[in-house]
Amino acid sequence: MSISTQLGRPLTWVVLSLVGIVLAGCGYNNVPTLEEKAKAAWSEVQNQYQRRADLIPNLVETVKGYAAQEREVLQSVIEARAKATQVKVDASTINDPVKFKEFQDAQNQLTGALGRLLVTVERYPELKSNQNFLALQSQLEGTENRVAVARRDYIQAVQAFNTEIRTFPGVIWAKLFWGAKPMETFTATAGAERPPAVKF
Amino acid sequence: MWERGRGEGRTGNVVAEPSPLLRLGQRLKGPGADTSPCPSPYRRGVLRCVSALFLLLICALPALAAEPSYPALTGRVVDGANLLAPDAKQRIEDKLKAHEDKTSDQVVVATLPSLQDITIEDFANGLFRHWQLGQKAKNNGVLLIVAPKERKVRIEVGYGLEGALTDALSKVIITTAIAPKFKTGDFAGGIEAGVDAILTILAGDAEEWQRRAEVRSDESTLGEDIAVVIGMILIFLFIVSFLRGLSQQGGTRRHRLRNGRWVTLPQTTSWSTGSSSGSGWSGGGGGWSSGGGDSFSGGGGSSGGGGASGDW
Repeated sequence: MSISTQLGRPLTWVVLSLVGIVLAGCGYNNVPTLEEKAKAAWSEVQNQYQRRADLIPNLVETVKGYAAQEREVLQSVIEARAKATQVKVDASTINDPVKFKEFQDAQNQLTGALGRLLVTVERYPELKSNQNFLALQSQLEGTENRVAVARRDYIQAVQAFNTEIRTFPGVIWAKLFWGAKPMETFTATAGAERPPAVKF
Repeated sequence: MWERGRGEGRTGNVVAEPSPLLRLGQRLKGPGADTSPCPSPYRRGVLRCVSALFLLLICALPALAAEPSYPALTGRVVDGANLLAPDAKQRIEDKLKAHEDKTSDQVVVATLPSLQDITIEDFANGLFRHWQLGQKAKNNGVLLIVAPKERKVRIEVGYGLEGALTDALSKVIITTAIAPKFKTGDFAGGIEAGVDAILTILAGDAEEWQRRAEVRSDESTLGEDIAVVIGMILIFLFIVSFLRGLSQQGGTRRHRLRNGRWVTLPQTTSWSTGSSSGSGWSGGGGGWSSGGGDSFSGGGGSSGGGGASGDW
């Protein structure tokens, strides 16, 4: 008995650790790793959209000071912003197609409204030379660019995750252990990836 | 009907049987693969794997083609468009090096012969990440990128410097320091003015950060790290001994854990698995040093698209 138990103890541990190594080598950890990456990328997307939403009240106030008569355009920006900030999709619901589409539509609408506002502004040379407006405009441009980068990173992260859970051997781990569902990603809409071109 | 005859008579013996993948490899190569009684889930799995690989390759081709060819990071000034005379280039490089030695911020200038039909924002971000400017932990890189053919200029700011070199400040640098000189055709003057402005802003921030750093200089020292590791080992040992005590009380598993000598083994095995997964992780992180010429290379930093663009 003593020999068998003395051998059995380390053997159990060796086998267990071997199983661990083999599991890790076979990509058992890939599914949660990629999932976390995609979630982090998603947080960045939300973060940048939030940043954009935070800039808008200031921008609207500044434009109002010079172009109060453009009520319709300003109103559409304010409404689109309100809508976009209402729709929240957090990291746990990015595999919900309906909610995701809602989020994307709301943000695209805000992008469109902002684009119209910046076109309207072209008619007000005084506003365009206002330092405050210029600073806001460059911040807005920078934020749109960050949104574009964050979206691209998110799309790549989701692509990696979805590929992993649909291909061998990740599909085994995803089905058996993680119960991972594919995540939603952005569909390209014409002109949505790039900020509206602004000349001044 | 084992056609190959190798597994014949041994099918009952699981250990001696060749692995399913090996068998499949032989099947796929050999003739009559369809007639062999291969367990269909295996074959489907491999077929799926192969077709998925093919699909991936096919899908990767356009992506690879879309990736622009980035210039090599040959130094702090990569003058692909030949805008700078040697002495001006040297002067700018010296300034950038002095700043990096002082603050570890990596500021790099790149002039491009062409943007390869993509926007300067995308190119700048892609090039920044390709070169991995800035230290990995701080992401403190800045890329001033000039494309004279497209008449575009951009300051791309790494994550870590976004607070110092804001979009608005970047825009101001471009419109007031760079673009006016570019308009007169003075590229060297514009680039130098832009670099001076960037360094001035970063130096202000760096001084502030140095002051803050003094206040909390002993935040995370090597000693503390070691203490944390020792603490973790102690906790681990405690858990092991606790489990041992627990199972010694519970009769049924007593004989398995009675030998104190063997219980020390899990430490080494679990540590070895830990280090093997750890090395795999750091291997992924260690791939960044983009070998760039004169002992200058990116530090692993990244950018999320901060900064500003302009034209002239």
